[in-house]
Amino acid sequence: MTKRVVITGMGLVSPLGVKLEEVWSRLCRGESGITQLPIERYGSYRSRIAGLCTDFTTDGYLLPKEAKKIDRFTQFALTAAVDAVGMSGLDFDTMDRSRVGVIIGCGVGGLGEIERQQDRLRASGPGRVSPFTIPKIMLNAAAAYVSMFYNLHGPSFGVATACASANNAMIEACRQIQLGELDAAITGGTEAAVTDLGMSGFCAMRALSERNDAPEAASRPFDHDRDGFVIAEGSGVLLFEELEHAKQRDASILGEVLGYGVSTDGNHITQPDEAGTQAAVAMQNTLKTSRLLPEQIDYINTHGTSTHLGDLAETAAIKLAFGEYASKLTLSSTKSETGHLLGGSGGLELIFSLLAIRDGIVPPTINLENPDENCDLDFTPLTAREKKIDRVISNSFGFGGHNACVAVGRFCD
Amino acid sequence: MSTEEKVIDTIAEQLGVDKDKVNRDTDIANDLGADSLDQAELMIAFEEAFDIDIDEENAQNISTVGHVIDYIDKAVSAKNA
Repeated sequence: MTKRVVITGMGLVSPLGVKLEEVWSRLCRGESGITQLPIERYGSYRSRIAGLCTDFTTDGYLLPKEAKKIDRFTQFALTAAVDAVGMSGLDFDTMDRSRVGVIIGCGVGGLGEIERQQDRLRASGPGRVSPFTIPKIMLNAAAAYVSMFYNLHGPSFGVATACASANNAMIEACRQIQLGELDAAITGGTEAAVTDLGMSGFCAMRALSERNDAPEAASRPFDHDRDGFVIAEGSGVLLFEELEHAKQRDASILGEVLGYGVSTDGNHITQPDEAGTQAAVAMQNTLKTSRLLPEQIDYINTHGTSTHLGDLAETAAIKLAFGEYASKLTLSSTKSETGHLLGGSGGLELIFSLLAIRDGIVPPTINLENPDENCDLDFTPLTAREKKIDRVISNSFGFGGHNACVAVGRFCD
Repeated sequence: MSTEEKVIDTIAEQLGVDKDKVNRDTDIANDLGADSLDQAELMIAFEEAFDIDIDEENAQNISTVGHVIDYIDKAVSAKNA
């Protein structure tokens, strides 16, 4: 008999802020976190807009001497983890620390640090490269530092499936708790790739929106006039806990992980399969492992990045997976407000999914003014909607053809 | 600024410690808690602050702040000679 997995804590760092309730309010009001990048530095880039975490600080979480030894993506994950653990009320001193895991997704790791040290290497030679280079850039640093922060001894690792990283990480955390190997896991995703190389690399692929004069209107998933995704940074980290463990300590339960589905396109390194075949399989497997019928899904937080192909493929996949019921589904893309946190997105979006259940509010897809005729589902355009929501699927699809979906629901004993 | 002041400033900044806690007799590893990576980073900071090169062998022999100051004074005058 597999164990049940519940969520007892959440923490985030996002372009809409770093305080959970404030971010959620702004999201429901349909505010955008997208701004222009400094023209002096990014004037020659095709895309000069991004979702930056301008409110972010490590003050109160880390001493300055500790903070400077870790890259921004790890700083994000660490502060989000501390907030999640704080909310959960878990006291690791009363637990078997070998039964608490840390599994955190990230697409690229410490890209900013790679660039800084490469500059030093070229300018001053190998002797001037920082000894912290490798421990800062490695993608598993986020998981490692969270384990170190709490002196945890359970499995700790990074997961890299590009923009699906957080969902794949959370699925692994869920499985280990289901199997009885862990009592709790700190899990989610993080990314800090709004850097020169990150921007120029995505620009070169023509993946980013170039609506530089109207940043708040740039991320417009499923809209006819979309022209690419808007890159963003941040993190969403959750505390997953085995149900009986949470009940024994009388924890406040925010929701339950009902199931998940994973598949791979196995087709192209960046382009999604336009028919959405494998993305649909991931959604169908999510229904299967959750033991749910299509009509029991009250809301889907879509991957919805605002790229031409991606939005078409996801719409096709949803139709394949849900059949006739697709037209009755309630969906939205919160990337319209936050931009695309890449490997961090799934963590943040699962938090939004749980808050949607808590408050009975579907956050809107802003900028969806002129829907693409092929994206003809109910994507909750422009304004939030009240609706009783008990079960949600959160979709994430990553470069590499990685499809990973997670279902969460209102907790019922 | 004397070599001593500059060295102590650099240490205080790099390791995030109070300047008052650093003097010639301070042991960088034992008294300030600098691990091997901190120490390697510190040597790079000294190299940049004084525009000198500290080779690996000499870096191994540096344990106190006094060693650093003496080494740097020698290296700087050798460079200017």
